[in-house]
Amino acid sequence: MSTARPSTAPAGASLAGRSGSVTWMALPAMVIFTAFGVIPLLGVLGLSFTSWDGIGVIHFTGLRSWRAELANPGLPHAIFVTFKIMILSWLVQTPLSILIGVFLAGHQRYRNWLAVLYFIPLLLSSAAIAVAYKALLDPNFGLGAGLHIGWLSQDWLGRGGLAVAVVIFIVSWQFIPFHSLIYQGAARQIPRTMYEAAEIDGAGRIRAFWSITLPQLKNTVIASSTLMVVGSLTFFDLIFILTAGGPGDATRVLALSMYKTGFQANLMGLASVIAVILVLFGVGLALLLRRIGGGANTQSTLEGG
Amino acid sequence: MATTVTTPTQGRRKTPTRHEGPAGRRPRPNWLGAILGIVWLVIVIVPVYWIVITSFKTQANYYAMNPLKPPPEPTFANYQLVIHSGFPRYFLNSVIVTAGTIVPAVLVSFMAAYAIVRGAGRTLRVMNGIFLGGLAIPLQATIIPVYLIIIRLHLYDTLLAMILPSIAFAIPLSVLVLTNFVRDVPRELFESMRVDGASEWTTLWRLAFPLTRPALVTVAIYNGLAVWNAFLLPLILTQSTEKRTLPLAVWSFQSQYGVNVPAVLASVVLTTLPILILYAFGRRQLVSGLTAGFSK
Repeated sequence: MSTARPSTAPAGASLAGRSGSVTWMALPAMVIFTAFGVIPLLGVLGLSFTSWDGIGVIHFTGLRSWRAELANPGLPHAIFVTFKIMILSWLVQTPLSILIGVFLAGHQRYRNWLAVLYFIPLLLSSAAIAVAYKALLDPNFGLGAGLHIGWLSQDWLGRGGLAVAVVIFIVSWQFIPFHSLIYQGAARQIPRTMYEAAEIDGAGRIRAFWSITLPQLKNTVIASSTLMVVGSLTFFDLIFILTAGGPGDATRVLALSMYKTGFQANLMGLASVIAVILVLFGVGLALLLRRIGGGANTQSTLEGG
Repeated sequence: MATTVTTPTQGRRKTPTRHEGPAGRRPRPNWLGAILGIVWLVIVIVPVYWIVITSFKTQANYYAMNPLKPPPEPTFANYQLVIHSGFPRYFLNSVIVTAGTIVPAVLVSFMAAYAIVRGAGRTLRVMNGIFLGGLAIPLQATIIPVYLIIIRLHLYDTLLAMILPSIAFAIPLSVLVLTNFVRDVPRELFESMRVDGASEWTTLWRLAFPLTRPALVTVAIYNGLAVWNAFLLPLILTQSTEKRTLPLAVWSFQSQYGVNVPAVLASVVLTTLPILILYAFGRRQLVSGLTAGFSK
C-alpha cells in the first residue's frame, strides 16, 4: 500500500492543490458507512411502517405498528427504566471519574500503576462481566455467602430496586476507568501556572479544584457525558445476560425491549418503532449536551476543531 | 509516563510546559484523593482476583472454601474442559472478525480523515457531518435493517456478516480521532511535499501516515477491543456453533456448564487473556492516544 502511485491522483490535483481533489479519498469510508449505517438508519424508519416476522414477506401496514407500540404500557416503563439507569449511572460515574482522573493526573509513580490496574475492567467483554458477576452475586454460593457477610449475600438480582442498583454498579465498575483516564489526560493539560497563581492568592486545594480544575474540564465533561449517555442507550449485553430485563420488567431497557420484540417475538415492525425512539433519544441527548456546553466550545470538542 | 507522549497533538498545545516538576512540589499530599484511589482499586481488583482464583478451583473447593482464598492445589481441569469445548474455533473466529474489521476500518477512516483535513468543498463537509452524526446515533438501533441487509446479501451466519457492519460502526469515532491528529501535521510539511511535486496520494502515505501512526495504532486498538468484545452482532447475525465468537461462547458456556462456575470463569479468563497480553504491550499507546483524542 505504501508504494507511491502518482498516476492515481486525478488530473488537476497539482494545479489547484486543495480544490476538492482529495474528496475521492473519503469515498470508501462513505460507501461502507452509508451501506451499514445510513441506509439502515433510514431503513429502520421505513420498517417501522411495516409488519415483518423476520423471515417472510414484509407488508406495508402504515401507522399500525406505531399505534400499537405507543399504546403498549410496556413502552413508557422501558423509557423510564432506560432514563433511570442513564441518569443514575451518570450521577455515579461523572463525579468519581473526575475525582479519580484529577488524582491520577499527579505524577507519582504509584499513580501510573493505579492507572494500569484501573484499565483492566475495560478489557473484559460485557458478556464476560455479566457472566462473572452473576456467579459472584449468587445469594447461595457467591462472594457474600462464602464470606458469611449477611448484607453481601442478598438476592441481588431477584428484587427490582436491587437489580437496578447492581446494573448501575457494574456499569460504573466497567466504565469509570475509561472516563477517569479521559479526565486524567485533560487535567494534565491545565497550565501549571494557574495553580501557582491560585496558591499565591492563598487558595487551598479544594478551592483550586472548584475554581480552576472544574471550569477547565468543562469541555471534557461534555465530551465524556455525551459518550456516557449515548452509550447507555445501547446497554444490552450486560442486562441481557445478567437479568434478561428482570425481575419482572425492572431492568427492561429500550434496547432490550427492541431485541425481545424483534428477535424473540418476531415482531420486527414494533421493534423498529422502538429503534426509531432510541435514535431520537440519542440525537436529542447529543444536541442537548452540545447546547449545555455552549456553542463554539463544544463544537470544537465534538467536531475536533 | 506522560513525558513520553509524542503525538503531534502535544506539539499544538499552547502550554508546552508539561508540569514535570518535582513530584513533591505541592505543599500537602492529597490524602483524600489517595484514599479514594485505593478504595477504587479494591473495588476494581477484588472481582478480577476472585474470577482468576476461582477458575483454578475444583467444584468441591468452590463450594467449601473461603471464596477469596486461592486453592491449595490449583487445577487446570476447568481450562482443559473449555479448550476441548471448541474454544480454539471461537478464538480463531474472533481473531478473523477483529482483524478483518480493524484493518479496513482504520485504512478507510484514515483516508477520509486526510481528505477532510486537506480538502475543501461542500461534498466533504457533508460527508464529515454524516460521520460526526454517527457519533450521536446509537448504531445498535439500526440492527434490524442490518439483519435484513445481511440476509438479502446471503451473508447470514458467516463471519463476513459480522465484519461489514463492524467496519461501519467503527468509522465515526475513527474519523473524528484521526482528523484531530492529521490536522496537527504542520502545514509547511504538506507545502514542501507539494513543491516536490508529490501527489496527494503520495503525501497521504509518505507524510501523513507515518506522522499519524500513534493515532492509527490507538484507533486500531480501541476498535479492536470493541469488536473482540461485541455480543449483539454475533448474537443476531450468526446461528451455528462454528461461527460463534468468544463473547457468545462465554455466554453459551454459562448455560452449558450450569452450576460448574469455575469452568465458566475459566472461559472468562481465557477470552480475556489475549486482550490482556496485547494491553501489556500497547497500553501506553492506547491510553495516551485515547486521552489526547477525547480531551480536546
